[in-house]
Amino acid sequence: MIIKQLSIFVENTKGRLADIADILAKENIDIRALCVADTKDFGILRLIVNDPEKAAIILRENHCTVALTEVLTIKIEDKPGGLAKPIRILSDHGINVEYMYAFVSKEFDSAFVILRVENNEAAIKILLDAGVTLVSSKEIYDM
Amino acid sequence: MFFQKEIETMNRKDLEALQLERLKRIVQYCYDNVPFYHQRLTEAKVTADKIKTLSDLQYIPPTTKADIRDSYPFGLFARPMKEMVRIHASSGTTGKPTVVGYTRNDLNMWSDAVARLCVAAGATDEDIVQISFGYGLFTGALGLHYGLEKIGATVIPVSSGNTEKQVMLLNDFGVTALVSTPSYALYMSEVAREKGYDVDKFKLRLGLFGSEGCTPEMRTQVEKGFHLFATDNYGMSELIGPGVSGECEYRDGLHFAEDHFLPEIVDPNTLEHKQEGEIGELIVTTLTKEGIPLLRYRTKDLTRLNYSPCKCGRTHVRMDKVMGRSDDMLKIRGVNVFPSQIESVLVSIPQIGAHYQLIVRREGFSDTLEVKVELVDSSLLDKFEALENLQKTVAGNLRTVLGIQAKVTLCEPKSLERFQGKAQRIVDLRNAGK
Repeated sequence: MIIKQLSIFVENTKGRLADIADILAKENIDIRALCVADTKDFGILRLIVNDPEKAAIILRENHCTVALTEVLTIKIEDKPGGLAKPIRILSDHGINVEYMYAFVSKEFDSAFVILRVENNEAAIKILLDAGVTLVSSKEIYDM
Repeated sequence: MFFQKEIETMNRKDLEALQLERLKRIVQYCYDNVPFYHQRLTEAKVTADKIKTLSDLQYIPPTTKADIRDSYPFGLFARPMKEMVRIHASSGTTGKPTVVGYTRNDLNMWSDAVARLCVAAGATDEDIVQISFGYGLFTGALGLHYGLEKIGATVIPVSSGNTEKQVMLLNDFGVTALVSTPSYALYMSEVAREKGYDVDKFKLRLGLFGSEGCTPEMRTQVEKGFHLFATDNYGMSELIGPGVSGECEYRDGLHFAEDHFLPEIVDPNTLEHKQEGEIGELIVTTLTKEGIPLLRYRTKDLTRLNYSPCKCGRTHVRMDKVMGRSDDMLKIRGVNVFPSQIESVLVSIPQIGAHYQLIVRREGFSDTLEVKVELVDSSLLDKFEALENLQKTVAGNLRTVLGIQAKVTLCEPKSLERFQGKAQRIVDLRNAGK
């Protein structure tokens, strides 16, 4: 149920994101989802890819500061209200979402939401109990 | 261990008597052989027989780097070229280089002085020493080279550059001691790890570092990078090159070769003598040099002197690690800032790397200081807040030490420039574009 996300430190300099994308492309790393959080000087690039361990090694070899962060991915219906329900459930149980981002898949006709919460184990239990679909790492990597 | 025990442990009274005798002789020698000094001493009404005590030194006008430059190339030489056996020159980053000449006796004295500090640091004839200073006009490489040969060590004159090859030789030749700048040693250890060498298996045990300052914190980093005992030595080409002073095994100050170099500490503005233990500019008189003797040479280096006996048994005065240069000192919003202070703060924060860059700008009528550091701790990437807190911590610690607010920029690892010679970490843009 736990997915490994790459967190990459990126300086706000011209072409830096393109450089990182190139490094990954050369090694056939496929990006599933991404989000960038930034300030004026630097940002953190968060990526879900098909092979996070390999991507981390490659990026480190290229002098990037990289961390692997454990996140959850839920599958929701791609329609109004699809997101509201699972988020409300977490909130009702006192689980804070630190950040999240989403992508849609035409193939599955669903949306996928990547969630970073403080306590993965507790969140998994609550979501499963409420009937929310959690996506396995294999499903994401093989997508 | 000592190289010249009798001299190095001479009691202070005898040492001072020897210095006084040599001081009188060198003043007479300068008067007789160097027109520049003939004129200077005549104007100041100083003659050798007027010097009764070491403190009479204060009546001699100081010599500056500009004096040497104005006499470019050979104007201050005291011997005819026929008697000179070597010429060296400083890097001369601004204008003409400062040129120095050595007689055969000078080279002998020089290698003795270097041999002393190498032995004091712990080098022996068993050591295999890699010299990673650039050979050439620069005095660092050849100075250490001859001193180390004199004690019987095996010298590998690699010179600077080609870091991968440097690391290969460190490993393949079983090098036990390294001569370089501390920052280059740090860089070499990074490259060694990157190239997959097992640094723990290196035979390196001793670092003889010089040519740039090294704070105790930086030294700890270098010692972690390579498992060695790092020692600092000091000198400058005008005085002789390396060999002016160096640390013993106790690393509690750098022992001056006081029988050859007579130190004073003065206020850089008023030139008045400082009390023992007070920080000021180091002024040095060469007591035995023949080729280009210098009277009261202003080094511009800021340090202090400690005359108390050292545990190692040496009686020669110890100087502190150089705290900065009186002309390198950054004045930011009226506050005196030494790069070494900033380095001490940065090296004590484990989440960032040991390399850094300082950028000073003028925005409106105010100076700003930007400190660029490399983020090495990837565990902070989970939360944005952690990175912002790190920036705040660095800025806060700098503020505590410097008293000014600095902007801290986090950079990617290995993105800041590495230096093979003297590290140039300050970029002052305040006069740019004017």
